[in-house]
Amino acid sequence: MSAFDSATLRRFVELFADRLRDRRDELTQLDSAIGDADHGINMDRGFSAARAKVADLESDADLGTVAKTVGMTLISTVGGASGPLYGTFFLRLATTLGERGEADATDVGAALRAGLEGLVQRGKAELDDKTMVDAVTPAIEAFDAAVSDGLEAALGAAAGAAAVGRDRVTPLVARKGRASYLGERSAHHQDPGATSATIMLEALRDAVATA
Amino acid sequence: MKKLINAPDAVVDEALAGMTAAHPDLLRVIEPNVIVRADAPRSGKVGIISGGGSGHEPMHGGFVGLGMLDAACPGAVFTSPVPDQMLAATKAVDGGAGVLHIVKNYTGDIMNFELAAELAQAEGIDVKSVVIADDVAVQDSLYTAGRRGVGGTVLAEKIVGAAAEEGQDLAAVTALCQRVQDSVRSMGMALTSCTVPAAGKPTFEIGDDEMEVGVGIHGEPGRERRKLASADEITEALMTPILDDGGFGSGDRVLAFVNGMGGTPLLELYVVYNKVAAMCRDRGVTIERNLIGSYITSLEMAGCSITLLKLDDEMVRLWDAPVHTAALRWGV
Repeated sequence: MSAFDSATLRRFVELFADRLRDRRDELTQLDSAIGDADHGINMDRGFSAARAKVADLESDADLGTVAKTVGMTLISTVGGASGPLYGTFFLRLATTLGERGEADATDVGAALRAGLEGLVQRGKAELDDKTMVDAVTPAIEAFDAAVSDGLEAALGAAAGAAAVGRDRVTPLVARKGRASYLGERSAHHQDPGATSATIMLEALRDAVATA
Repeated sequence: MKKLINAPDAVVDEALAGMTAAHPDLLRVIEPNVIVRADAPRSGKVGIISGGGSGHEPMHGGFVGLGMLDAACPGAVFTSPVPDQMLAATKAVDGGAGVLHIVKNYTGDIMNFELAAELAQAEGIDVKSVVIADDVAVQDSLYTAGRRGVGGTVLAEKIVGAAAEEGQDLAAVTALCQRVQDSVRSMGMALTSCTVPAAGKPTFEIGDDEMEVGVGIHGEPGRERRKLASADEITEALMTPILDDGGFGSGDRVLAFVNGMGGTPLLELYVVYNKVAAMCRDRGVTIERNLIGSYITSLEMAGCSITLLKLDDEMVRLWDAPVHTAALRWGV
């Protein structure tokens, strides 16, 4: 199995950006039902910018530099809640990965966990609030449980668990974000943030699988 | 989608360019998309800034000028601005007396303003923040995002802006802003949805005989959908929770603000105000000041919101103080 290096991280950013563009309308549609109809638009704008910034980096940029560039770009371009949340997630990855040129499965797991902790700190969301935290938390747990089987297996488990987490909270009433203003009416709608977070973990899985 | 635009992606930038062209005596626009009072920074004056998604015009850019905001940060349509904007605004208006951020209570606005405040403080600027959360349609609890910031924001910006203009210090204007927040209640309703330019279609479908009650200002559905009713019945449905939640009663003096959501004519807003005045009279509440018009909007949405602010002598004096902005102007 190949290591998780800067090229893998860049491929992940590109894959995620591609899929956000492809699924922009779907995300915006989900957000129209229980939010303010901008999630797909904002994520697409942010990751298009992040992809361009990453492409401008030196080819030997370390993992931390690539992740930090993504995080700073998201904070500066996305706005809304997604900007600070996804931005913080990538900044925490950067802090954890640091100047490494490549990372092993344990490093990636630690980075993802740090990312999740950043999300929780910034957004103050808990499990069952019906947010991206409900997709990312089970994903990190599944990753840790499968980490001895290697990075590919762990990321596969993480992406699968994210999708399960996303669907698990669909029936719930949202308690954070704009969906929470709807009260009971937010129940039985799929959460846009949990959906984009699942797309992210699937892109990460696929970026490593194609290494 | 039928809109008076050139391209969905260009709407905010072109509107800002239009504001610059229209009001060079009041404001200028600096990078990255910050509307700054023409004569900022003013030495020794507390800077007052606010911001939020675009699509709520004239809020906030239309309130930049003498006696109100020193800077406004417009985000993409219905999307909170980014920290870079609030940081640039804070630096541009800091006259050495500190800067107050007036933030509407939305998850994204809170996070982006928080990041900006941390960055500004790291650069040595004294920043305080007050969060406006006045929408009684939202159940407030420890476990939710809390009430939205809506119409009360306009009143806070006017009153607090006047206090800063007359030279009150940062602690005083912060306390005043918090007092306005604690004394104000709002609720809104929608007859139609609206279309975010980049989304291209209405945020929700609604029948000719239906309305959304308890909406915010982002074209989102409200607390509940009801059968369309008369203006008097709608006004009662908004006013009763406001009066009850705010504890407005006999002997109270208020500012009554009837706001259009963007697609409702002034004619209808006065029909609503007529009932607001009658209900206040019945409760023994005295309307000492009022504001009627579309000041915090949700693009082209039809509908209205009602805001009541419990007044004290200082608030009345500051409300009456001179203001010269694109959207509010008196006493000058």
